[in-house]
Amino acid sequence: MLNLFPKQFFLFDPLALFFLAVIFIVSLPSAIYAIGYFSPKANPPAAERGEYSPGKITLSWFLLVIFILSMAAVVTAANALIFLIVWEIMSLVSYFLVVFDTTHEKSIRAGAIYIIMTHIGTAFLIAAFMMMYRHAHTFDFFALKNACQSIPPQIKNLIFLLLLVGFGTKAGIVPLHIWLPYAHPQAPSHISSIMSGVMIKTAIYGIIRFVIFVLGVNSSWWGILILILALISCLVGVIYALMEHDLKRLLAYHSVENIGIILLGVGLSMFFISLNLPYLAVFSLIAGLYHLVNHAIFKGLLFLCAGSVYKATGTRDIEKLGGLIKKMPQTALYFLIGAMAISALPPLNGFVSEWLTLQAFFLGAFKVTGGVKLFLGVCASLLALTGGLAAACFVKAFGITFLALPRSNHAKAAQEVPLAMRAGMFFLALLTVIFGLSAALIMKLLARITGSVTGIDISNMGFSLNNFILQPQAGKGIYLSPALLALVLIALGIAGFAVYRLTGRKKAVIFNTWDCGYYKVDARNEYTATAFSKPLRIAFSFFLLPYRKTQKIRESFYHVKSFTYETHTTPVFRKYAYEPLVGLVMRAAKFMRRIQPGSIHLYLLYIFVTVLLLIIFMNKF
Amino acid sequence: MNKIFFILIQLVFFIAVAPLLSGLISKIKNSLRMRKGQSILQPYYNLAKLFSKGEVVSATASWVFRITPFIVIASTLCAASLIPVFIFPASLNYLGDFLALIFILALGRFFLALAGLDTGSSFGGMGSSREMFISSLVEPVLCLVIFSVSLRSGSTSLAAFSAVGAAPVTFIIAGAALFLITLAETSRIPVDNQETHLELTMVHEAMILEYSGRSLALIEMASYVKQMIFFLLIAQIVFPVSLPVSVNPLQVIFWAIWFLARLAIVAISVAVVEVSVAKMRLFRVADFLGFAFVLGIIAGICAILGV
Repeated sequence: MLNLFPKQFFLFDPLALFFLAVIFIVSLPSAIYAIGYFSPKANPPAAERGEYSPGKITLSWFLLVIFILSMAAVVTAANALIFLIVWEIMSLVSYFLVVFDTTHEKSIRAGAIYIIMTHIGTAFLIAAFMMMYRHAHTFDFFALKNACQSIPPQIKNLIFLLLLVGFGTKAGIVPLHIWLPYAHPQAPSHISSIMSGVMIKTAIYGIIRFVIFVLGVNSSWWGILILILALISCLVGVIYALMEHDLKRLLAYHSVENIGIILLGVGLSMFFISLNLPYLAVFSLIAGLYHLVNHAIFKGLLFLCAGSVYKATGTRDIEKLGGLIKKMPQTALYFLIGAMAISALPPLNGFVSEWLTLQAFFLGAFKVTGGVKLFLGVCASLLALTGGLAAACFVKAFGITFLALPRSNHAKAAQEVPLAMRAGMFFLALLTVIFGLSAALIMKLLARITGSVTGIDISNMGFSLNNFILQPQAGKGIYLSPALLALVLIALGIAGFAVYRLTGRKKAVIFNTWDCGYYKVDARNEYTATAFSKPLRIAFSFFLLPYRKTQKIRESFYHVKSFTYETHTTPVFRKYAYEPLVGLVMRAAKFMRRIQPGSIHLYLLYIFVTVLLLIIFMNKF
Repeated sequence: MNKIFFILIQLVFFIAVAPLLSGLISKIKNSLRMRKGQSILQPYYNLAKLFSKGEVVSATASWVFRITPFIVIASTLCAASLIPVFIFPASLNYLGDFLALIFILALGRFFLALAGLDTGSSFGGMGSSREMFISSLVEPVLCLVIFSVSLRSGSTSLAAFSAVGAAPVTFIIAGAALFLITLAETSRIPVDNQETHLELTMVHEAMILEYSGRSLALIEMASYVKQMIFFLLIAQIVFPVSLPVSVNPLQVIFWAIWFLARLAIVAISVAVVEVSVAKMRLFRVADFLGFAFVLGIIAGICAILGV
């Protein structure tokens, strides 16, 4: 009866191979980066910059290997039980990596939040797999897939919801994102890069594998629910990122946003599958997967750059940075490339996948009827809003960190990081450009993968023209060619430069910044990150609920010596959802403590009653 | 080869005509205020002067500040090459569509905002912050406008939407929404004011305050071209006209006059708005653009209803 032993342990179908590729594309440069990150030369003597003992460095390599292998196993497991086991290994190893800097109290706290949330997620997954098992009597994917066709729709809906919560916790969908901005920044930077770049993508893999492939989409509200959650994630992620001044946490919030964008593609695809629009289903999933690999690359890159900044200055607070472009020119360039990609600027990769996602909404809106058209249109416009806000956020992140004058002595003393770290960043920066320019080829590849997942024949869907022009739908006149675009941009830039050179030969005079004629401009005159995000803090004050603390420090009643001024935003989800929930759990635990007074007689009674109830239960059902 | 030739002609046309629109707007504004005002050709004189002047670069600035003018002019002209003016619908534009236009313009803005921060002056940072604030709220509206307009043609291709017949209500409302965001994008009153250099009110001007000489000339040129792109889009949406198919000279001349007249109509409307309303507080801009967003949604509903 019990058929737990798997027929097949691992499965290497196109989807698994795709995720495997994503894992190694990011893990490899991160590992190279780690060589430099742990090298003692990179550490000017300062304890807070993360100096590790040799034993600890060995431990970190060991954990890194297990972490990468467990992720690889997650995406290739062919059996739900194996999947759960490696999923759990992945979660535990990543927990150890989050708390790797054990000297930081923050790490321990972040780790605690992480491990609680991730286990809540796993519990939902176990429940979902159990329900599937009841019908399939096996855990093998293909057997599950066959069995799922006979599961009644209500049960299917329930399984879908359980899977969504389970994987959503790992992916960091709002409101289950609470752990992500704490845990990701706390790990060493190459681990942050793998966690944000790849680990949260395994949850997307889970959704695609179990919901689309195994379970099979049968109601259109599944896709719409994912779309709505994804949109909320996009907006909440980017708005919080705008308010954040810790460089790594800012990036972590952007992971929430980008997971939202990826899920927009996945959710749309599910929606179109349920409407029986195979072409659009394939196209949307391609957009989602394209953004997935792009996000892995540029977010990995950005985390590595942030790690370099941390290594060089010992701080992650961008209000204390500035002027690093002169001290760390290469890191600055790589960060700029990453920032441009995540802000969806042409011709880099983020632009292509965001354009494809928008295009998926538009093509969908042309096909469906009535109010759904408007829904898709509004979704698309909110995605555009997200893109605009992300650009604003990365102007802030790059501008305040790397440009103008250094705001602290730490930033003044910064030096370029060692070669191994630069090599890791260079590799990912290069991929960012390549994945933008060769979009049409990648599109073809992704089409094959989505075809195999959804079981839709893609042979006569032409997504690209001549291998360098994207064509979402033939005969509509919609084209995009990132490579051509890059060519035209470069040509026009050169033309602009030629005009500049031809109209005058005088060299530019180097002089101080305009200081209104009164004193020399120094770092204190610079615009800060808090000031930069102020207009948006006010525009979104209905959600951020900002408040300020001012304090006058007086020498006497008449003389105010100095003011302190702080501005904060209210963490809405933590304050109004999680804290009451935690309070409830704690109160319940206190109440339940009464049944454990320590009397052995009472405990024997409990055992007796439990056995009795179980016997009754077994007989009844 | 033919297509590259047409694109080049189009870019020359943009560069030649774009400053004139600004001159026209300021002339009309001055006339409405009962002033004599500067010549309609003043923007050309300004550009000529800037190109011949020397340049001062802040000692704080990095290479980002230096390359920004070229990126801005490149992205703006690239966007201009997407607009169907001389490129006939029959010859397809492989570069990108209407949606790509948003992203291409964003490239120039991103670098301008960085350059604003690069010099370390508070003016620049203030300008960058405000510019990114306004532009991020503009993007959803622009997306909705594209949505409602393209629903009719079933394509986001720029050539397609001028080719389909008019849906009057949709196009007028979408045009109105686009008009509002054009005011924001081209730094016009009530969102920004091109004529002021007062730190409390300026947005775009604050961002480019540190630029001078030829670099400033390139950036100014890019602003003129960007303004013309938006005016053309409004004109194309509110007064949709198909491009001349034959090379009958009379028809071409008539088309050319109508083409320029449409631009003039938009320019006059902008001028009238500028003299008749006051500049609003920065934080009210969110409400202003929120209104544009609602207009965009109404345009979308109209498009779905097919009116």
